Amino acid sequence: MKNLALTHPDLAFDVEAARRHFPILSRTVHGRPLVYLDNGASTQRPQSVIDAVNDYERRHHANIHRGVHTLSQEATALYESARDRLVRFVNARSRTEIIFVRGTTEAINLVTQSYARPALQPGDEVLITHLEHHANIVPWQMVCAQTGAKLVAAPMTAQGEIQLEAVIALMNPRTRILACAHVSNALGTVLPVRRLVAAAKARAITTLVDGAQAVAHMAVDVRDLDCDFYTFSSHKMYGPTGVGVLYGREQLLERMPPWQGGGDMILAVTFEKTTYNALPYKFEAGTPNISGAVGLGAAVDFLSSLDRKAAHAHEDALLHHATAVLGRIPGLRIIGTAPQKASLVSFVVAGVHPHDLGTILDEDGIAVRTGHHCAMPVMDFFKLPATARASFAFYNTIDEIDKLAAGIERARKIFA
Amino acid sequence: MEINDLYRDVILDHNRQPRNFGPLEPADASVEGFNPMCGDHLTLRLRLNEDTISDIRFEGQGCAISTASASLMTEAVKGKHRDEALKLFDRVHQLLTDDAAPPAEELGKLAALSGVREYPARVKCASLCWHTLASALKSTDPKSVPAVSTE
Repeated sequence: MKNLALTHPDLAFDVEAARRHFPILSRTVHGRPLVYLDNGASTQRPQSVIDAVNDYERRHHANIHRGVHTLSQEATALYESARDRLVRFVNARSRTEIIFVRGTTEAINLVTQSYARPALQPGDEVLITHLEHHANIVPWQMVCAQTGAKLVAAPMTAQGEIQLEAVIALMNPRTRILACAHVSNALGTVLPVRRLVAAAKARAITTLVDGAQAVAHMAVDVRDLDCDFYTFSSHKMYGPTGVGVLYGREQLLERMPPWQGGGDMILAVTFEKTTYNALPYKFEAGTPNISGAVGLGAAVDFLSSLDRKAAHAHEDALLHHATAVLGRIPGLRIIGTAPQKASLVSFVVAGVHPHDLGTILDEDGIAVRTGHHCAMPVMDFFKLPATARASFAFYNTIDEIDKLAAGIERARKIFA
Repeated sequence: MEINDLYRDVILDHNRQPRNFGPLEPADASVEGFNPMCGDHLTLRLRLNEDTISDIRFEGQGCAISTASASLMTEAVKGKHRDEALKLFDRVHQLLTDDAAPPAEELGKLAALSGVREYPARVKCASLCWHTLASALKSTDPKSVPAVSTE
């Protein structure tokens, strides 16, 4: 494997050292070293995350916020210290703004049902974009059906770009909410979210940014973005599955009714009246995914221990190499060519259906995603039923991308 | 298991040049099949003469496995009695899912589909057209058969 630090002295990222943190990367698939290029679907876990979850399960587990006994206090301290890490990770103002949820999907559903449903009137508009993941389309369709509001999708260019002016052109006095991705999962496009949020804010439009595909690739500062809500999932940023975060501006969260009722979200219950708990607990009914939150906290620590600028530069180098190498394969067409992209490449190969390609690459130990990427409107836009997608993490190498290219050539030969 | 066992020559040939591909007008039955996981879909149309499949054609888009399976299926069931075709459906379903399935020589070219069972993620690709056919043949009103989905 090439050492980028040697070939590019300005990129001081030691990819081999980074790989050693991830035990799964040393396994084989069908007798070949695993080449894991499906990080957009889920990233792998470093040993420190595995250890944190393991240590929690072996030594500290009990229910949180309930017991006076030692284990409950330890579990509570671990869970809440994970929240503290997330406050710093996204630069929230306080712990009250970080709600633990199951993942991005649940975070968006919480906002649509608890914030949007009481706020929307018939004829109001919710503005999204053409490249959203289904998780940032369907919950809005549901709340629009419940309230009589209208869902409007801002157009996308042929490169898969969302242009600021095109979104602004759709903002009008009935627009109440702008909900958009930070990074497109299907195309890799990075949206101009800071400017989109500023334009929305100038028109008193509430903003939600779906950061599921962003947090692993870039430092996110919710105060700098100035959005009202920001959502992300643990398992797409090297943490465990089943846990994620809703960041919400405190003034908005305060005004919102609880989404789910139950234990932990109350202060006092009688049959006549329930007094809800304070933020963030008002939105965390029932026993949460404690070990997941602990693992997510460890993932934040892991990311913070990296030189994220160097890691980002390495991912950028991977993107440029992949774009160049795949672009040279006859009949291969890259889908999504926006100037600002995260490190993923969506593509189709003439004469080779993405699913056949996925199976053939798997024989070489190479994992890519094939299908519609839960973004059917994007596929319809490009008139494709599916694409193949290679999505990179900082632990991927130039050599792995060359293996991908060789695998695609092999598939072309089979179907020639 | 080698990849060539999945993509046998018969499969590659029927993918490259699918038989009985295109519209069929008029048709006694028209059924759509979807694989929501991968976005593939096909439309299967057939003509029935009493209880015999006198003609059958398909169109749509899908991977090599699904295209070849549909192509092979149309060849195999054309001219067959409804009950024979349904028996063949059971036999192919067994071939695709049951490791203990008896030798498949009597299935002729359809035996080429046996490689699929080593690839569980691809079984639905091969079986979509067969489920779509079975749904058309089992229906009491072939003119209005609901769409078939693999999920």
